Amino acid sequence: MNKIENKAHKFGMVIDLDKCTGCGSCMVSCMSENNVPFKEDESNKKDSITWMRVYKLTNGKSFPDTEIVYLPRPCQHCGGKGDHGHSPCVSVCPATATDYGYDTGIVSQIYTRCFGCRYCMGACPYHARYFNWWDPKWPEGMEKYLSPDVSPRMRGVVEKCSFCFHRYQAAKDKAYYDGRDDIEEDEYQTACTTACPSGAIVFGDLNNPAHRVHEIVKPDPHPWPNNPNVVGKSRNPNVFRLLERLGTNPKVYYLSEREWVRKAGDNYLDGEWDKIKNHHGSESHG
Amino acid sequence: MDSALIPEGAKRCAFPKFAVGIAIVGAVVLWGVYAMLLCWFKGLNQTNMNDNYGFALWIWADLAVIAVGGGAFFTGLLKYIFKVDELKNIINFAVIIGFICYSSALLILAIDIGQPLRGWFIFWHANVHSMLTEVAFCLSCYFAVLTIEFIPNILENRQANKIPFFHHLAHNMHGVMAIFAATGAFLSFFHQGSLGGVAGVMYGRPFAVREGLLIWPWTFFLFTWSAAAFGPCFTLLVTKITETITGKKLVKDNVVHLLAKISGWMIFTYIIAKIIDTIYWAMVTAPGLGFDISRFYSDNSFYGYWILLTEIVICGVIPGLLLIMKSTRENPALRLVAIILGVIGVCLNRWVMVLQIMAIPVMSFDTWALYIPSWQEVATTVLPVAYGIILIAVTYRYLPVFPQEKELNSVEPAAETK
Repeated sequence: MNKIENKAHKFGMVIDLDKCTGCGSCMVSCMSENNVPFKEDESNKKDSITWMRVYKLTNGKSFPDTEIVYLPRPCQHCGGKGDHGHSPCVSVCPATATDYGYDTGIVSQIYTRCFGCRYCMGACPYHARYFNWWDPKWPEGMEKYLSPDVSPRMRGVVEKCSFCFHRYQAAKDKAYYDGRDDIEEDEYQTACTTACPSGAIVFGDLNNPAHRVHEIVKPDPHPWPNNPNVVGKSRNPNVFRLLERLGTNPKVYYLSEREWVRKAGDNYLDGEWDKIKNHHGSESHG
Repeated sequence: MDSALIPEGAKRCAFPKFAVGIAIVGAVVLWGVYAMLLCWFKGLNQTNMNDNYGFALWIWADLAVIAVGGGAFFTGLLKYIFKVDELKNIINFAVIIGFICYSSALLILAIDIGQPLRGWFIFWHANVHSMLTEVAFCLSCYFAVLTIEFIPNILENRQANKIPFFHHLAHNMHGVMAIFAATGAFLSFFHQGSLGGVAGVMYGRPFAVREGLLIWPWTFFLFTWSAAAFGPCFTLLVTKITETITGKKLVKDNVVHLLAKISGWMIFTYIIAKIIDTIYWAMVTAPGLGFDISRFYSDNSFYGYWILLTEIVICGVIPGLLLIMKSTRENPALRLVAIILGVIGVCLNRWVMVLQIMAIPVMSFDTWALYIPSWQEVATTVLPVAYGIILIAVTYRYLPVFPQEKELNSVEPAAETK
């Protein structure tokens, strides 16, 4: 299947930041599901691996007006400028060790091909890519509890969130076994989505109008008139993407009714936010 | 002891003195090799790099040595293609410096990658969209060209040259060197440029990204231009250092003045282009992405406007002006100041285009990330410098690197050269 066929999926998620409590279940489930290694001392967060990282944001106001929000950040699975699949990381990898799946919209990482130049990490503005500075070391006996569906990574290669791609493969296998052409929405859900106790994460196919993620996001398939590099902008006024103006076209959307939270998703010059905040997709599809 | 190997008519220090010097620098090499082995066998956890700083000191060193090594391709282009004949008196040394710089760059890359045994994947699984792929191909090919350019000089060693085959080979290689010089200039244009492209195509990093021509961001052209401009400064600087250490005049002033003049005009024109690029980026590109220029130079303890001012004015405009004006160019002290500033300037530019990019937060809720390299990173960065000193010392001692040396160091040197 390739990008010109209508059946191409575009898997993505929307995270309701007003529901997220910052409990960290998504982080734990992700590490467990994907055999993410950890260090004995995790105090230095700049060299520890967290495919799903929860950021804490504040509105910067003092008590009693202080507000905080927790923002879970998996790999954004960017479609790149114009959503053509040239993600910031994919386009720079010299050895094609990270690739864009035109049939899924998922940015993959081929661990056995990565030789550890780390250019992709420099190109990613979300810090979603992590380098294995050490070989993974599991506490004695824990290796028996590793997931057999995900290969552990060796020292010297980059890794990142895969949208639990192995779950997609398993769902496709089951559909094939059942004689079906495609998978159902609930057959492929990421570990973080299923682990979130408050139901803040919704995952599905952004190309499928029947999927909840599509219903919430209402992605505009046309380029945004303000910036033709931006495609898939949400027509829901409460939905935004991180650093949307760069034209990276992430497939992770965020939802919040709070204006300061939506504003924190991108960078604006003084006074610019007020002019831009009510632009939600192209007018013809508003 | 080794007098049979020393070029005829040349005076060199006693072998024990030479050996002691080599041993001292050799100790530094061993220190660097030890650190290199630690990185290879224990992994990159030996460094202070982290997930914010995937590119750090080594990549800066890599870009810097390639930039200052640009004197080789540019001098070769001038000598063999544009027929600037005076430069034949410095071309050997320019090639040796280039050889040292490029071999160092390849060594640094071999240490820098997380899986060194997979380094060949960059050729085997090449992604044609990646600037780094272009760097790898052009860099490797150009290193081969530099080796070919270096071989005739090696074969001119007093003993090697006695063998008829080597003598004729060296002679014939000189005869066809224009082809390699042209090939080298072509390859250098692309790998110097693609190193600039590495930063310029990172559209997720507003500090780095630039518009450009077709697939090449403006940084592509600026890097090539700056290497051609500042590379000769480094050639002149190392020549001056060699002259100081050996206590001999090795290149005539008219050759130095000519190369300094060419370098000066290249720097001057480059810095105009760089200023235009900076203004456009600060006024159009970055604001279009929601960034006021002050975001890149505030709220941290190191990166301020001083770095922009130092790079462009103090180490760009000033050396450019000093070298294009005859009176200052021909003043030895001011010329030395200019070439030192020039070398610092291009190295600072590479620093900014590697480390400052990594330091600047892009997400509105992210923070600046500063970094101090580990001793292993420092040792492996010093390693190429020590290796370069040894190679220059050995080649100077045993090869006829400077054609004018004998003439300049006869009993009564020409007044003009003083």
